[in-house]
Amino acid sequence: MKKQLLALSLMSLALSGCANLGVNPWERDLLAKPQMQLAAESTDMALDDHIYFSKEATSGGRSFAGGGCGCN
Amino acid sequence: MQLIKFSNINGALAAATCTLLAGVSNAQADEKSNDWQFDTAIMYYGEPDRVQAVEGVVSATKDFGDEHVFSTKLVLDTLTGASANGAVAQTSAQTFTRPSGNGEYTVEAGDTPLDDTFRDTRVQLNLAWNQPWGANQKVGAGLHISNEYDYLSVALNANYALDFNRKNTTFSVAASYAADEYSPEGGIPLALSKMAIRGDFANDDAFNSGFDDTRIGESENKDTLDVIFGLSQVINRRWLVQFNYGYSQVDGYLSDPFKVVSLVDDTGSALGHYYESRPDSRSKHSIFAQSKYHFDSLVWDMSYRLASDDWGIDSHTLESRLYIPLSDSAWITPHVRYYQQSAADFYRPFVQGDLAEYMSADYRIGQMTAYTLGLKYTQKLSDGDELSMRLEYYQQTPENSGFNSPGQLADVDLYPSVSAVIFQLGYKF
Repeated sequence: MKKQLLALSLMSLALSGCANLGVNPWERDLLAKPQMQLAAESTDMALDDHIYFSKEATSGGRSFAGGGCGCN
Repeated sequence: MQLIKFSNINGALAAATCTLLAGVSNAQADEKSNDWQFDTAIMYYGEPDRVQAVEGVVSATKDFGDEHVFSTKLVLDTLTGASANGAVAQTSAQTFTRPSGNGEYTVEAGDTPLDDTFRDTRVQLNLAWNQPWGANQKVGAGLHISNEYDYLSVALNANYALDFNRKNTTFSVAASYAADEYSPEGGIPLALSKMAIRGDFANDDAFNSGFDDTRIGESENKDTLDVIFGLSQVINRRWLVQFNYGYSQVDGYLSDPFKVVSLVDDTGSALGHYYESRPDSRSKHSIFAQSKYHFDSLVWDMSYRLASDDWGIDSHTLESRLYIPLSDSAWITPHVRYYQQSAADFYRPFVQGDLAEYMSADYRIGQMTAYTLGLKYTQKLSDGDELSMRLEYYQQTPENSGFNSPGQLADVDLYPSVSAVIFQLGYKF
């Protein structure tokens, strides 16, 4: 519960701090590029996640941690 | 009401501006956007003397208009080779019973015991639907099914995103629930029971009965609930950041039915091998931060993940990708990843004296560092299709987290490194 409260307050702090950040719609030329998308290389990431899920103890973070395989 | 109208104008302006700025090549892409878009790849993963895998992926996406997007993905992979069974290496040869109970395999003196009977084929299907919800919100839902010879996983997921601050800030929440069933050949071993070895029994019947005594059933289940809260923020024209907090709760059968732990005496000689035992629940927390920065021509993608769970495993992951343009239509992407984890509280490379309630010698939950070095080459073709090649090297270095090695165990490698080469070909059209 404490952790959740902390996360919430951090998030609201971040949000209020973010109000002055950002760009206008006509300034999104660079942000619109494929390489600037957060989900760029999604196929590579999914393949990598599958490898690391089966070889390491931690998974997820960027996306869901559940791997759905019996990887040995 | 005014706010909503205003943001609609912003959205329209953004679309208009992007189209104007992007020029001819994007106009061609727009023509394509009503068709199916395919992203395909084939990957080879190989560890010398251990696992080899080949994985093929076909993703297809279709925009039905106004960002109502259907996507599906089919993955096929096949895996063969050998995997460490958890037992310690010895200065003499050792014999182990195969997980199925049919037959044995022998490991040479000094070698890490590897079970070389792994052979599996997996089919995975993903379906997802995503669409806007009002002016500033998006919702989506998906289904994930993965089926192997001995493993079935079915998962449902849903996501919600809210844009504000002129779409410079996005808050998102996503959840997934997965139900998995494990039905390994030979059944589920009884935790902490001793591996039956044919040589210790008078005849086949006695051995078969002894082997059956180490089994508790045909299959076991586990459930996984994942929740991720995300915040992405445009800092300026060149810089975008994202923060995620993830919680994962796994309940059910979490042991690996193929792994054992060696019981050794004061001279380090193995007295027997016992099926591992892990707790039946695990809670994980993770914090993930990602930054994307556009220099004049380079784009730098950097991320860090901190994860911690109630098994006592803490991990740090640092990852960097740099997009370096070679021309208008080609670029290379060097990739570096560094990973470090602490050992689970119940990790034991071997046990002495008594068995522990929970114990596992699986090096993958032991202390370890790993790094990946990779390079990708991407070429955009004249018709807008994209061809890519990726080569990566992955090395895991398990470490001793403070266990003394008695007798002969000092003369063998209890923490062997594992390396792998990954090669991938991709085609988008």
